[in-house]
Amino acid sequence: MAGLEDLYREIILDHYRTPRNRGELEAPAVSAEGHNPLCGDEIRIFIDVKDGLVSDVRFNGSGCSISQSSASMMTTAVKGKPVDQVRAIVKRFKQMMTLDEDDNATIDESINLGDLEALQGVVKFPVRIKCATLGWNTLLDALAESGK
Amino acid sequence: MTFDVATIRKDFPVLHRLVNDKPLVYLDSANTSQKPQVVIDALSNFMEHGYAPINRSAYQLAAEATDAFEATRSALATFINAPKVNEVVFTKNATEALNLVIMSWGRANLTAGDAVLLTHMEHHANIVPWHMLVAERGIQLRWVPLTSDGQLELTNLDELLKDVKAFSFTSMSNVLGTINPVQRLCAAARKAGAIAIVDACQSVPHQPTDVQNWGADFVVFSSHKMCGPSGVGVLWGRESLLEAMPPFLGGGNMIADVRLDGFTTAEVPAKFEAGTPAIAEVVALRSAVQYLTQVGMNNIRQHEIEISTYVLNTLTSRFGNDITIHGPTNPELRGATFSFAFRGIHPHDLSQVLDQTNVCVRAGHHCAKPLMKILGANATVRASFYLYNTTHEADALADALDSASDIF
Repeated sequence: MAGLEDLYREIILDHYRTPRNRGELEAPAVSAEGHNPLCGDEIRIFIDVKDGLVSDVRFNGSGCSISQSSASMMTTAVKGKPVDQVRAIVKRFKQMMTLDEDDNATIDESINLGDLEALQGVVKFPVRIKCATLGWNTLLDALAESGK
Repeated sequence: MTFDVATIRKDFPVLHRLVNDKPLVYLDSANTSQKPQVVIDALSNFMEHGYAPINRSAYQLAAEATDAFEATRSALATFINAPKVNEVVFTKNATEALNLVIMSWGRANLTAGDAVLLTHMEHHANIVPWHMLVAERGIQLRWVPLTSDGQLELTNLDELLKDVKAFSFTSMSNVLGTINPVQRLCAAARKAGAIAIVDACQSVPHQPTDVQNWGADFVVFSSHKMCGPSGVGVLWGRESLLEAMPPFLGGGNMIADVRLDGFTTAEVPAKFEAGTPAIAEVVALRSAVQYLTQVGMNNIRQHEIEISTYVLNTLTSRFGNDITIHGPTNPELRGATFSFAFRGIHPHDLSQVLDQTNVCVRAGHHCAKPLMKILGANATVRASFYLYNTTHEADALADALDSASDIF
């Protein structure tokens, strides 16, 4: 059985206790809302895209330590990055969060997930994968919104 | 018989399973209950020796299967004191039973502007189908609010019921544990000229049920919460109402005649039982009814009052203001289902920690999002106890909660 130390790494709890980039952004920034219908967790991601860069990002909402810390770590990973690179990071993260080994064949090793690697232990708790990916899927929705 | 929880526990094989070398502490019976050996045996015996189609074949095996299936209907009628056996309808679950009533009775009896009264403590199954009828028919929904300790606020009930056509409510909240005064609510509905629909999923497994004493018009509940197999819901309705209603699902078994230009329906209850049902599961449900009857529904209720008293005392004395238990504080007014908030730890994280010691609880919105909003939470942890749970398991819950604080 996977131990809780695999799930609740110190870096994760740090982001949970002290979330980075928590808040909102005013227009022209756009936002998207994500729900986990199983548990009622809610998240809203705000992004400001300028000249092909995600110049600023914020999140708010409520949820468990995994969903909140994952969103917090995500904001630090994508802030200031070109949209293409942000999409690549999202893809890489979601690959890490999948149990499907076939997906590993296409992993882009050039992308370093840094602190986000701490969330790898979540895969051992399949019920929690949706918690970890909630903010990321919502970020994709926000990116789609900004492209409109 | 006298009630002895140690003896009861011997009847439930899964409770003796070790998970990661530690005993299971199953506190999720409001979600679904565990099964006694007699039910498991009934299911496998029927599969091994008696399985056949029902209602349609002349051979002896099929006739026996039909008898076994119908014996469950009779047993359920007795169990809930239904006036007539044919008033008991099998569905695939209680949600379908509610949809059947809401769509079939509702479409036949409700038009634009008609009002239906619900409560703030309903399960989604008693909300969403009504919303669907709002969209389809333009009916309006009213709501009975709650008191601060999670009971129905009934001060203005008669006013709320004015010109209402149906009052649909739960007999016991799956979140708060609150036991509602069903008899009083049915009487108020009747006086106002409304029918009373009772979602009895949470109470039928835990206390005696008498649909005539309640004065209800429709009552729904599920097999899987009362020690029976999953895949079976039960609807009881007054014969006159069921007879006047159009069918819900069309297909085999529910017809008297089918022609190229139309069909006529079978008699109640077949009219509402289209297609092949969960034959073996219905047959095995009879063993669950017999088991609960043998233990005694009053004994089960008494046991759960004792458990509730112990749980409330233990959690409040050990954790004081660190724990917020929703619902009534008087064990006489509630079932042994406890939703709570603990030391600001998110319910998902809390349930994850409890799982380390095999304490099985539900974390989430419990399919009652409007109620969650009223409680000011997105989710709660819910520990729910049944006839096989012990005070020792309540201690295990408390110990596990204590250990969660070390992490967060």
